[in-house]
Amino acid sequence: MGRALAAAIGVASIAAAVAASAEPPAGAAACSGCHPASTRVTSPVPRLAGLDRAAIVRAMHDFRSGQRAGTVMDRIAKGFTDAEIQAIAAWYATQR
Amino acid sequence: MKAGRREFLKLGVAAAASAALLPVPTFAQGAAPRAVVVGGGFAGASCARAIRQADPRIAVTLVEANSTFTACPFSNAVIGGLRELSAQQFTYERVAADGIAVARAIATAVDAQARSVSLADGTSLPYDRLVLAPGIDIRWGALPGYDETAATLIPHAWRAGEQTLLLRRQLEAMADGGLVVISAPANPFRCPPGPYERASLIAHYLKTKKPRSKLIVLDAKDTFSKQRLFQAAWAELYPGLLEWVPLSKGGNVISVDAATVTLVTDFGRHKAAVANVIPPQKAGRIAEAAGVADRSGWCPIDPVTFESKLQARIHVIGDAAIAGAMPKSAFAANSQAKTCAAAVAQLLTGGAPSAPKLINTCYSLVAPDYGISVAGVYAPAGGQLAEVPGSGGVSPTDAPRATRAAEAVLAEAWFRTIAAEVFG
Repeated sequence: MGRALAAAIGVASIAAAVAASAEPPAGAAACSGCHPASTRVTSPVPRLAGLDRAAIVRAMHDFRSGQRAGTVMDRIAKGFTDAEIQAIAAWYATQR
Repeated sequence: MKAGRREFLKLGVAAAASAALLPVPTFAQGAAPRAVVVGGGFAGASCARAIRQADPRIAVTLVEANSTFTACPFSNAVIGGLRELSAQQFTYERVAADGIAVARAIATAVDAQARSVSLADGTSLPYDRLVLAPGIDIRWGALPGYDETAATLIPHAWRAGEQTLLLRRQLEAMADGGLVVISAPANPFRCPPGPYERASLIAHYLKTKKPRSKLIVLDAKDTFSKQRLFQAAWAELYPGLLEWVPLSKGGNVISVDAATVTLVTDFGRHKAAVANVIPPQKAGRIAEAAGVADRSGWCPIDPVTFESKLQARIHVIGDAAIAGAMPKSAFAANSQAKTCAAAVAQLLTGGAPSAPKLINTCYSLVAPDYGISVAGVYAPAGGQLAEVPGSGGVSPTDAPRATRAAEAVLAEAWFRTIAAEVFG
């Protein structure tokens, strides 16, 4: 019983670790060069972890089309396809 | 006896061959896979942490000679008296707290066949994957008259630390009306916009504190990074104070006379009150010792994994790598480190690395409240890292001063963010 419980907890924690460490999609890891990964950094650039997926997609599309003015994001968004933007947004939405 | 040994060798070869043919993950052999990272700068420290984060089962060792890292980005602001060197310095406490073994040592040699790194204290570190992030070394002797002794009189200040402070002290000691001369090297070199940011912030110091002085930049090139933006800003902020002399107008410095602080070009001699020679460079020393540097002095790599094209199981990231269209910047180093770490973690656990996408963003200050930037997105293409067509570029040339001020604020925010990710 105790052993089964320990095994169950073991499986659960492995699953959690796998979910937390799911490899970021292409391009996602580079964002934290400017978008702080840590909550302790003071920056006008927003943290991406936990942001709404649709909001990230919309922002990227607006930067890319020029509808939204950016300092560097207009230039960076042009380097990403729709599929890449979707994947990056979905990944950041699940991060904490 | 002889036959027995031959038999043993044959078996060894067979075992090695089967290991090479079958993608057996290191886990299958029992022990935890071992990654060793040499060099604790923006590339190396980022990579060590990212490997650990990608898979905590991998044993990661970071080899770094110094207990304190001194960052180059923003060190031009230290030279210009706008910032203290302590704001550039970071320790490895948080890196070690991630469960990374930090070996404070100089790596002296790599045995790519035996897969081990030799340290100066005589110990050796075995690895399954090695990441070299040695940054740059000065190509001493490439510029006649500029050697390590000359650098104590004419600083290069291209590796931050005592050299940065030496140049600042020389500027502070200079009388008003003095001539400052900077020599900028041919491509490639660490931080392509760096010499021009430095010229800008020294010009800012002179304009503020020693307005009768003059600054000349002698350049071994006819074009440089963010050129139009820099030149427009110089015309606006430092007219008559800062003069840029390109290669075609006699800017190429061919020798240095440190004793008289004189830089010699094909066209004449420039005797300075203060001089700064940014000399030709190459990949950090261990790259050559490991056999991963080619005749250019830099390290060719695979654009997906950053594995050396010259030695298996050794990866090269940061300034030392030939990363195609990516510049040698701290942001690029950090971006490459995370890509390489993901690939190393995959390769050590029997997975397959996927095609990456990388970013560079690089800010320069022309004045404390005047920032400009270049950005780019990169992907593997034709065996190299190429800029994604239609992406990237520099700040608009016609932007209002409010945009320049905003980019100066973003520049500092970038530094806080990346420093926190790498060392915090």
